[in-house]
Amino acid sequence: MAVAVPGAARKGGRDREPRPGLVERLKLSYSRHWYAYAMAAPVVIVLGVLVAYPLGRGVYLTLTDANSLNVGHTVGVNHIPDTFKFVGLQNYADVLWGQGSYDRFWSHFVWTILWTVICVTLTYGSGLGLALLMNQQLRGRTAYRLLLILPWAVPTFVTVFSWRLMLADGGMVNTLLGALHLPQPSWLEDPLAQKAAAILVNTWCGVPFMMVSLLGGLQSIPAELYEAAEMDGASSWQRFRYVTLPGLRAVSSTVILLGVIWTFNQFVIIFLLFGNNAPDVQILVTWAYQLGFGQQPRDYAQSASYGIILLSILIVFTTFYQRWLKRNDQGVV
Amino acid sequence: MAPADTDLEGRERSEGRPPLSTTTDIPTKAATAAAATAKPAVRVRPRGKSSRTAAALSHGVLIAAALVAVFPVLYLFFIALGPDKTDYLHPGGILGKATFANFGKVLSQTDFLTWFGNSLIVAGGTTVFGVLIAATTGYAVSRMRFPGLRPLMWSLLVTQMFPIAVLIVPMYYTMANLGLLDTYSGLILVYASTAVPYCAWLLKGYFDTIPVEIDEAGRVDGLTPFGTFWRLILPLARPGLAVAAFYTFLTAWAEVPFASTFMLSSDKYTLAVGLTTFVSQYESQWNLMAATSVLIAIPVSAVFYLVQKHLVTGLTAGAAKS
Repeated sequence: MAVAVPGAARKGGRDREPRPGLVERLKLSYSRHWYAYAMAAPVVIVLGVLVAYPLGRGVYLTLTDANSLNVGHTVGVNHIPDTFKFVGLQNYADVLWGQGSYDRFWSHFVWTILWTVICVTLTYGSGLGLALLMNQQLRGRTAYRLLLILPWAVPTFVTVFSWRLMLADGGMVNTLLGALHLPQPSWLEDPLAQKAAAILVNTWCGVPFMMVSLLGGLQSIPAELYEAAEMDGASSWQRFRYVTLPGLRAVSSTVILLGVIWTFNQFVIIFLLFGNNAPDVQILVTWAYQLGFGQQPRDYAQSASYGIILLSILIVFTTFYQRWLKRNDQGVV
Repeated sequence: MAPADTDLEGRERSEGRPPLSTTTDIPTKAATAAAATAKPAVRVRPRGKSSRTAAALSHGVLIAAALVAVFPVLYLFFIALGPDKTDYLHPGGILGKATFANFGKVLSQTDFLTWFGNSLIVAGGTTVFGVLIAATTGYAVSRMRFPGLRPLMWSLLVTQMFPIAVLIVPMYYTMANLGLLDTYSGLILVYASTAVPYCAWLLKGYFDTIPVEIDEAGRVDGLTPFGTFWRLILPLARPGLAVAAFYTFLTAWAEVPFASTFMLSSDKYTLAVGLTTFVSQYESQWNLMAATSVLIAIPVSAVFYLVQKHLVTGLTAGAAKS
């Protein structure tokens, strides 16, 4: 996708035809385009060098058997050339239906989907609830906002570290549960509890973004709509269902898309909460990183294959999501 | 619903009045009760006041949520005060022997200040560079219709989906070839490439809310498109720029995998990488780690609260219009 941009830009540079429409567009000229390309160029170059080219190389790596033993590297003054060879689509086949592919891929795949759905639902739901509460004329609204966005203000690796201390055996959370005579799972070791802990921490980190965005969306809904709905005798549920939710659709569709993408690729929380020793809780991203950097020899080819599969899943999802939104007249791009 | 609302407004008026008008108090009480029963706990309307019960409920929920939001951060600060590395298991014991010794130790006996400086250089550089190029791109896609616009928007969107796992290995080799490995500028470029797509998107949305007439007026007065952008639009877009700057700064400040892969020598470590080395170096001295975390969190939270005023406007402009 990104590769197409520079090409399109060059091709477009010769295309001086103004599109019909606004008077603005009639003034379109070569110089106008030239400025547009000059302004977009830095981003295109940076993304081209650091994203598009590595992506191309990443795709190539998935077609080889590259790992840290056969990739070219430099030891002192000696350069050791690449010795990995081309294996075609074998990596993908191995990942998707090779031996043990359930444990290596599909179990992580199912967990990643579950993780994304649960986390986005929870963050969106809590964010919307809090935004609705904060959208009233309450005393101390600013104070609440300042406190509630704190999880977003503090770097994730710091808060994850705090959660790790709190969730440890004999830590704060289990002391509290013990005081209430509730079971005290070992959050950082038991597979099921690990998953619950990961979802809990991610939700905690993700709610402020949802809340702030949705609060902005709520404030942009004109009050007249609510007045009109009240005049028509709409109950508060009906007002929520038929005024608030449609009014939030543009913001919602964007934050849900971003939420899905970010949660799907969420690396830091799981990586820092559990490290490399918890195979069950690894989502595809952290699992791919573990293959590429967390073991010896580092399996670059498999790691990159996971990455490409991940990317394809997201692109397919986004395409369908876009199409679904467009049917409702709500394109994101 | 409508009658209850009129009563409610009546109550507000009567409350604002001096106590002379006692006669209105009787219907007011009834109205309050009616409003309380007629209205659910969660009010959706952006204007008007809720009944007392509803307000109390809202306050209750918000206070609980605020506690949950704040507690882990405060807890970390509290643990940082404990002098022993096992104190986190007995937080109650810290109260008696709370000390700032951990902070002193981190500042004087570790490379904290070096890491802090590195983080500042990298995050600051990324913010300036990233926001600048994101703003020019955002302006170009917001104002100018040029061939290649939609592919550009799409690639900005798709770039956000890139899992680091697919990029990190090839990126490592690209950077090695360009001689950017283990340099500040290399890390700045990498961070810019991760933060810029979202920022450009967000700023595009913000620029869309600025009337095109302003650009046209600038052009009529003889400014080049770049002059229009620099002298007219950028100053008007300050709130959006603040959000973009904040987002970029936070991304760069708190990033772990790229920094730990690309920064090889320990005098180039950023804070996030430095913190992870603590675990092995000090055999999990949690109290020192907690103190370091607090010291890391302070500057970025300060930046956050400086721009948070613009946060709502900037984000929704980006979200609603993009």
